Amino acid sequence: MTYARRAWIIFYKDLLVERRSKEQTNALLFFCLLLLFLFQFALGPDRDRLAAALPGLLWLGFILAGLLGLGRSFLAERENDCWEGLRLTPGDKSAIYLGKLAGNCVLMTAVEIVLVVLFGVFYNVDLWTPAAPLALVLALGTIGLAAVGTLFAAMTTQVRARELLFPVLLLPVQVPLLLATVSATQALLLGQPLADVAHWLKLLAGADAVYVTIGLLTFEFVLEG
Amino acid sequence: MTRALGWLAALGLLAGLVAGFGYAPREAVQGNVQRIMYLHVPSVLTAYLAFGLVLLGSIAYLATRRPGWDRLAGSAAEIGVLFTGLTIVSGSIWGKPTWGTWWTWDARLTSTAVLFCVYVGYLLLRSLIDDPEARGRYAAVVGILGAVNIPIVHFSVKWWRALHQPSTILGPEPSPIDPAIGLALFVNWLAFTLLFAYFLSRRIEIARLEEQT
Repeated sequence: MTYARRAWIIFYKDLLVERRSKEQTNALLFFCLLLLFLFQFALGPDRDRLAAALPGLLWLGFILAGLLGLGRSFLAERENDCWEGLRLTPGDKSAIYLGKLAGNCVLMTAVEIVLVVLFGVFYNVDLWTPAAPLALVLALGTIGLAAVGTLFAAMTTQVRARELLFPVLLLPVQVPLLLATVSATQALLLGQPLADVAHWLKLLAGADAVYVTIGLLTFEFVLEG
Repeated sequence: MTRALGWLAALGLLAGLVAGFGYAPREAVQGNVQRIMYLHVPSVLTAYLAFGLVLLGSIAYLATRRPGWDRLAGSAAEIGVLFTGLTIVSGSIWGKPTWGTWWTWDARLTSTAVLFCVYVGYLLLRSLIDDPEARGRYAAVVGILGAVNIPIVHFSVKWWRALHQPSTILGPEPSPIDPAIGLALFVNWLAFTLLFAYFLSRRIEIARLEEQT
């Protein structure tokens, strides 16, 4: 079985499980809706203030949803000795990481799209005009978030106080991603062209490449336990 | 050997105090406040040295699986967090009289704070795993990622601030630095590095004893 095929099987399995159980998607979408309400209550009805805080809120929402969603990505593997099954998989273990990462990216993207649309509706922002560059920022940010999240989730699944440890490990590492995505989103929402945020996009792309590489290289050590 | 290192470090710190307070002249603009630099700069250099060793120990542990490398990484991380904390605190104390504020979201301050948080997370992870073998592996992964992340943090934070305001407040240090001040700084740096080596060897010893029980 080729490397790509093994990654694909993990990816397909995760999506199939999610499609049948809808365990995470439903709860995450509802969580996003609640977040929107909370942000509104926390900042008050002033539209200008909301608009100024929007890029930050948007990414804070993604990260909070990511903490919940990504943190659970290996939980199912603990049941029925699935973990042992993964460990016994022949060949390079990084294929499993790649499959998991792809599955997490799809899940995160689905949640993000809904969250963005809800933001547009509730806060009355024009997200349509900068939609294409915004999608690029979103995609790059999601890959970075999921790359570290998947790796750390695999690790913390085995550790006690997992729910606490996962965010504590993930959040500081994600600071550069948050800064880059929020700054880029802010510029794009203000109507600046894509060229103005090119340095942020480069940083995001570089960070993604580094995180995914580290994930691929170190995943087999995480899976052992 | 370790004991000798300890005495050497103590001697070095004493020499550092003399150099910092006695030998080095009063700085022209800031006055005596500037002398906190002799604590601040060696602290941050020592912290970087420590995190470099965490990276080294982490990679070596994953490659060889010798527990000694993990003990090195874990011990260095602990001392690194200590010195990063010292850096932040001494920087705050220095910042209050010179910049007029304890804390500002300046690029360097922010990236140091992020560094601090990453390695506190690293220590937290270590404290929650009992099996030394698994602890070594997981911690090594976080140690590698944390170190590789440092340049990314650096650039993101730099650009983030640059977009908002130019860094006008960053330390008004005399440049080119006065030779006497430079020498005092060097003596203190040497003393801190010795102190770090002493802490490290003691901490590794403790880690080894902990694993025996």
